Amino acid sequence: MPSGFNGLLTATVFLPAVAALLLATGIVRDARSIRWYAGIVALADLVLSVIVFVLFQPGGDRFQLIDRFDWIDTGTVQASYLLGVDGISAPLVMLTGLLGLCAVFVSFHINDRVKEYFIWLFVLQTAVMGVFTSLDFLLFFLFWEIELVPMYLLISTWGTGRREYSAMKFLIFTILGSAFMLVAIVAVFVSSGVGSFDMTRLLEPGGALDASRAALPLGVLFWLFFIAFAVKLPTWPVHTWLPDAHTDAPTAGSVMLAGVMLKMGGYGLLRVNAGMFPEQLANFALPIVALGVISVLYGAVVTLRQTDLKRLIAYSSVSHMGLVLIGIGSVAVVGGALTDAGLTGAAMQLFTHGTITGLLFVAVGILYEKTHTRHIPDLGGLANRMPILAGAFLIAGAASLGLPAMSGFVSELLVFFGAFRAFPALTILAVLGIILAAGYILWMIQRTMFGPRPARWDGLTDASLVNTVPVALLVISIFAVGIYPAWLTDVFRDGLEPIVNAYNLGIAGSR
Amino acid sequence: MLSEALVWAIFLLPVASFLLIGGVIRPLGPSVAKAAGYVTILALGVGFVLSLWLLRSHAHGVVYDFAPHLWLNLAPGASVQMGLLLDPLTNVMLVVVTGVSLMVQIYSMGYMDGDESFARYYAYMSLFSASMIGLVLASNIVQMYVFWELVGLSSYLLIGFWHDRPSAAAAAKKAFIITRIGDVGFLLAIIFLFFQADDFAAQGLNALHIPDIWTAAAPIAAGGAGIVAGGALLWLCLGLFAGAAGKSGQFPLHTWLPDAMEGPTPVSALIHAATMVAAGVFLVGRFFPVFSESEGAMMVVALIGAFTAVFAATMGLAANDIKRVMAYSTVSQLGYMMAALGIGAYNAALFHLFTHAFFKALLFLGAGSVNHAAGTFNMMYMGGLRKAMPFTYWLTVIGALSLVGIFPLAGFWSKDEILLEAWLGTGAVETSVSLLVFVLLLVGVLLTAFYSFRMVHLTFHGEFRGGGEQELHDCEEAGQPAPTGVSHHVHLGESPWWMVGPMVFLGISAVIAGWVANPIGVKSVFGLIPSHWLTDYFASGLHDGHHAPPFSIAMAVISNVVALAGIGLAVLTYAWPRGFTNTDPLTRGGIIHAVLAQRYYLDHLYEGVIVGRVFYRVVAAVTDWFDRNIVDGIVGLTGWISRNVGSLIALAQNGQVQTYPLVAALGGLVIIVLYLILG
Repeated sequence: MPSGFNGLLTATVFLPAVAALLLATGIVRDARSIRWYAGIVALADLVLSVIVFVLFQPGGDRFQLIDRFDWIDTGTVQASYLLGVDGISAPLVMLTGLLGLCAVFVSFHINDRVKEYFIWLFVLQTAVMGVFTSLDFLLFFLFWEIELVPMYLLISTWGTGRREYSAMKFLIFTILGSAFMLVAIVAVFVSSGVGSFDMTRLLEPGGALDASRAALPLGVLFWLFFIAFAVKLPTWPVHTWLPDAHTDAPTAGSVMLAGVMLKMGGYGLLRVNAGMFPEQLANFALPIVALGVISVLYGAVVTLRQTDLKRLIAYSSVSHMGLVLIGIGSVAVVGGALTDAGLTGAAMQLFTHGTITGLLFVAVGILYEKTHTRHIPDLGGLANRMPILAGAFLIAGAASLGLPAMSGFVSELLVFFGAFRAFPALTILAVLGIILAAGYILWMIQRTMFGPRPARWDGLTDASLVNTVPVALLVISIFAVGIYPAWLTDVFRDGLEPIVNAYNLGIAGSR
Repeated sequence: MLSEALVWAIFLLPVASFLLIGGVIRPLGPSVAKAAGYVTILALGVGFVLSLWLLRSHAHGVVYDFAPHLWLNLAPGASVQMGLLLDPLTNVMLVVVTGVSLMVQIYSMGYMDGDESFARYYAYMSLFSASMIGLVLASNIVQMYVFWELVGLSSYLLIGFWHDRPSAAAAAKKAFIITRIGDVGFLLAIIFLFFQADDFAAQGLNALHIPDIWTAAAPIAAGGAGIVAGGALLWLCLGLFAGAAGKSGQFPLHTWLPDAMEGPTPVSALIHAATMVAAGVFLVGRFFPVFSESEGAMMVVALIGAFTAVFAATMGLAANDIKRVMAYSTVSQLGYMMAALGIGAYNAALFHLFTHAFFKALLFLGAGSVNHAAGTFNMMYMGGLRKAMPFTYWLTVIGALSLVGIFPLAGFWSKDEILLEAWLGTGAVETSVSLLVFVLLLVGVLLTAFYSFRMVHLTFHGEFRGGGEQELHDCEEAGQPAPTGVSHHVHLGESPWWMVGPMVFLGISAVIAGWVANPIGVKSVFGLIPSHWLTDYFASGLHDGHHAPPFSIAMAVISNVVALAGIGLAVLTYAWPRGFTNTDPLTRGGIIHAVLAQRYYLDHLYEGVIVGRVFYRVVAAVTDWFDRNIVDGIVGLTGWISRNVGSLIALAQNGQVQTYPLVAALGGLVIIVLYLILG
């Protein structure tokens, strides 16, 4: 059982929350100072999260940088404050730090209730980081639920369009998903018989989950968790909250939503469904991959019809998150040993989609700030007026459609490699999605950036320096992964190794 | 002997020039834009010298075998490594790519002079050159795919270079998407190889390493590993060929290439004539040891290639845009190369790739030079330019004669070799197939000769018909938008030396490159280049390289007679009626002419019917409707939300916006925790 108290993760997770608390007490008052305060805090948290990533040693203990404190111990019930990272979560913590900083920088134009805005943005960041680092189920659930509040408020207060409707829809979908998860967590707690919410025990080879003692059949538990995470991912057919939430959220909300909050769903699938239920995952791989393929193709086809830039990107996210499901479902190989390609691809897709879609939303945010429209038919020919913005769109678009030398290609390739070994026919269908992706991305760029420019946009200016910061950060991260991916894949592979081993042990055992 | 670093430098120099232009020169503004051109020319000039050195030392027996560098480790038997595969095919391709690119970059100094995006142009050109060099160097199939896609990106950026023109932006997108349809096949072939990784690992091979793939495809009896065979091998080849067909504009994926002429003319010369479009031929050549194990695959390649050679040439007959004529000609000539590969004439195919790069780049640069003077690409508004631009005229005639395959120009030697191999057969496919290929390619020669000299006549002979000025005037009267590249800027005179110089170099190559690189009828050229050098060098790259058949005077006579007949027909048609005005005599062909001019209605079928009507208006629209009304309606409980959100908002708006849901959520959590502890 991991123990000790390193402190680094606690600092990384709670720095934004503490900063929010200080902000609430009113130490910084005028809007301008608040913005820079927020920028410095977010930068500090990014530095901390990078340190977490760097200090994580692949090949060392499975969970590292442990912070443990037992807070509930009634003899029958143990719940701990237990933070730690493995190869799956360490990159996602860094991703959260990165997008947190970007979210602050794209929020500099906010003038309405600036203080509250940044308070909620910080609470959100703490909650997401908490989800990625919690190794105690109760704590995990707590962070999972807390995250709803700031997101709800960011959309409903600082959003656009039908923002109350969208915020409420987001809230209801996630809470319904959480209800399933809560039942599952309680059942796991009861079933494990160890009286503890400690996830590391449940993740041990062989697992503490014993089918004979289970309060519910393990297959049911698997699906309860799956539903909760699938809503968050989101997958078809529970995706419809996403386009509304994205479209009506403020830019930073969309960046965090697409960049890290969807990843909570994928993370949950890897951590819980793949990590604790390897046998069930293998049994149910076919429907999961099928859902993934439907999401890929259906999402892409619907994306083609969208005329609102944010809605378009939201649907493309549905399509791209389908690849995560396909990668996770790739464990059901037919003959031969499981390689980690599919799972690594799924994990990589979480990271790369976070940066790529983050960049797309940042770009749309800048565009909206200048033009006050996201309606594609109103736009056109902006490349000559806004070369930096056009460059951001081009790079993010090219990365999104899976162009090599950029990060998205690596995760796509790995997912396809892994999945073909399990479900060749379904994988071929999913590969066709890359044509559709090229279609909707290039058509979007053509209609917004190229062609003749309506006269009303003649006076537009390019992205400001403040706006260029998140663009540059995300572009660098996209190329860093695309040009030499091993620095990231090696960490993910280290985290996924126990799952692959457990699976291969399972097949060896069943023979 | 070159060190590994020097070989990588051929690739890295244009990368550096791309970064320098993009990161420093372009941000500094138009005053230093010229530097972008010099930097690119320098990078490619050094690369050209290094490539020549590499070719020379390799041909003299130096073996280059550098260990690849691990990029991504995937599984036992499959890892992605970045390496250098320096065989005859790569070495010759390097010379072609850097050489033609160098000439085009020099030419562009004149052609793009004064363009407001001069630096951006050279940045993209550097990116393209680097990607193309990376593609030909690759020793790993994933590495190859990486650069394969990157040349596609550069092509997209350069076709859409003048992106404020809707036609250019549309053409760029079309090119990318249609080639991507082929790329799905390529990608699936790679995925299939990964699928076989365990079998590769068992034999100590890497499923993604190109020479290992050759070994895997060869039967055990022939000293191979026999891992991929039968139907799987056929599908693997067809996947690769799909990628090749997309890139090289083979039927039915050819429609993007004529539209790609929206890009600046030097781009068309470099990317859409000499190098990138030949990448498909290169891909099949690269995996020739794999293809040649599957007769079915070879037959597909041969027949698609031969069909495309004729099919594209017929469309070239009815095109009025000089660049589009060239584009159809390129598609057709790439068909010759594919057909040659398919019938097993590996050396002849690559020899033709080599000569074609020179004469076709020359013809495009000639078209650009003409446009510089006439202000249009529409041949109906040209005519009589012979006197005003003598260099361009004679160089274009040389290029055309070389393309047609007239003795003793470069194109003759390579085309003749293809015809001869098809006539004799190599045993790779059945004789009936190679004879059919021969007939089609011979018909192609006639058509090529006709459209080439139709182009020469319409452009340079007769009376000048007003150029861009007249065309704009006519468009205005007819109330039509002016086509791309038409300007009032008409000045009848020779182009500047920046442009003519590279054309002269390419003109000389178009004359001598065939015979000098592959001498026939002598022991050697200057004691340096032995007889049949180039084709023998290509053959040395294969395990069982097939040597070229001896030169046949009969075949040379036949192909030249056919070619001269085509030229004669063109002269009769266009020079005879002295009063030629703006009406092409071919329009008397009525419905046949209409079908050709409408490109067999394939663009209309693909874009208008399949994508526009069936897919976008039906499939996508129905899915979108389904999503909004059915999925969102049922799963989203939309009705419930819209009924209840109102009252919820009313509550929340009592000045309690932030606190309400926070209290609700935290309250819920407290209940849960209490329940867990007490329960």
